[in-house]
Amino acid sequence: MKKTVLLLLLLVLLPGALLWAQQPAAPQGEFVPLSSIPQAEQLPAAPLVIAAYAFVWVALLVYVWSLWRRMTKLERELADLQRRVQKQ
Amino acid sequence: MTRVFVPLVLIAMVLFASAPLVVANAPVEQTMGLVQKIFYYHVPSAMLLFASAFVCGIASAVYLFRRSAAADRVALAAGELVVLFGLIVLVTGPIWARKAWGVWWEWDARLTSSLLLWMIFVAYLMVRRFGGPGSEKLSAAMALFGMANVPFVYVSVNYWRTLHPKTSVVMTLAPGMRGPFWFCVAAFTILYLLLLTLRKRLEDRQAMVEQLYLAVEE
Repeated sequence: MKKTVLLLLLLVLLPGALLWAQQPAAPQGEFVPLSSIPQAEQLPAAPLVIAAYAFVWVALLVYVWSLWRRMTKLERELADLQRRVQKQ
Repeated sequence: MTRVFVPLVLIAMVLFASAPLVVANAPVEQTMGLVQKIFYYHVPSAMLLFASAFVCGIASAVYLFRRSAAADRVALAAGELVVLFGLIVLVTGPIWARKAWGVWWEWDARLTSSLLLWMIFVAYLMVRRFGGPGSEKLSAAMALFGMANVPFVYVSVNYWRTLHPKTSVVMTLAPGMRGPFWFCVAAFTILYLLLLTLRKRLEDRQAMVEQLYLAVEE
């Protein structure tokens, strides 16, 4: 009887335990500063950091440029329309 | 407005010019190393992505319930900025992930829900652009739906198991990291306000042009 109960318990708990073991590691909860950068860490990370920062700058500059272009076009259109309204 | 606008432009320029130096002097993180410095641009962009979704959603609600054309113009301006800051988040995040997790993308709760949020606002802009007459109401409803999605994106890292760092990282930042981070948040927030003002002004001008076209036709 005891063996049967133990076996049943094992059968019930085993899939859960397997699923638990397959879960990814817990995410990082806080950032801890480091006094010096390990040499191996520096080279591969630097191009990625530069790429990320460059993308942000380029995206923002392109957006500002597109705003300026649209505004210039509208101002021209507006001036032209105002002239036409005044003539009427 | 112009009296505030010009000093804000100058402040934003100074902050953005000095931000790389401030970030370079911030301490390097123990687990992730140098690549964690992407955090200083990635997270402020994400904060403004959420804030802009709220601005767009609230302005859309005002437009739907009060029929305010000005609110609709604010919503459109904020919707465009959701897409801009969302793009920054969705590009800088995978660059960071490539080094930190070993993969560019992971279909986990935070990344997937962020992508969906961004896609809702891309759809919002497409409806505004190609939807024809009356599309303002449909897109306003979409903006409300997008805004409602924001809290789920925010808490997703706390409720689902994910590789993405939890929301607690901002509140538990080490003193050396806290200063540069809030410096970048200030720079991005001022820039956001400037862009929102400019984009809204563009919509005001567009409305003026449409009125003048009607006047000319009559």
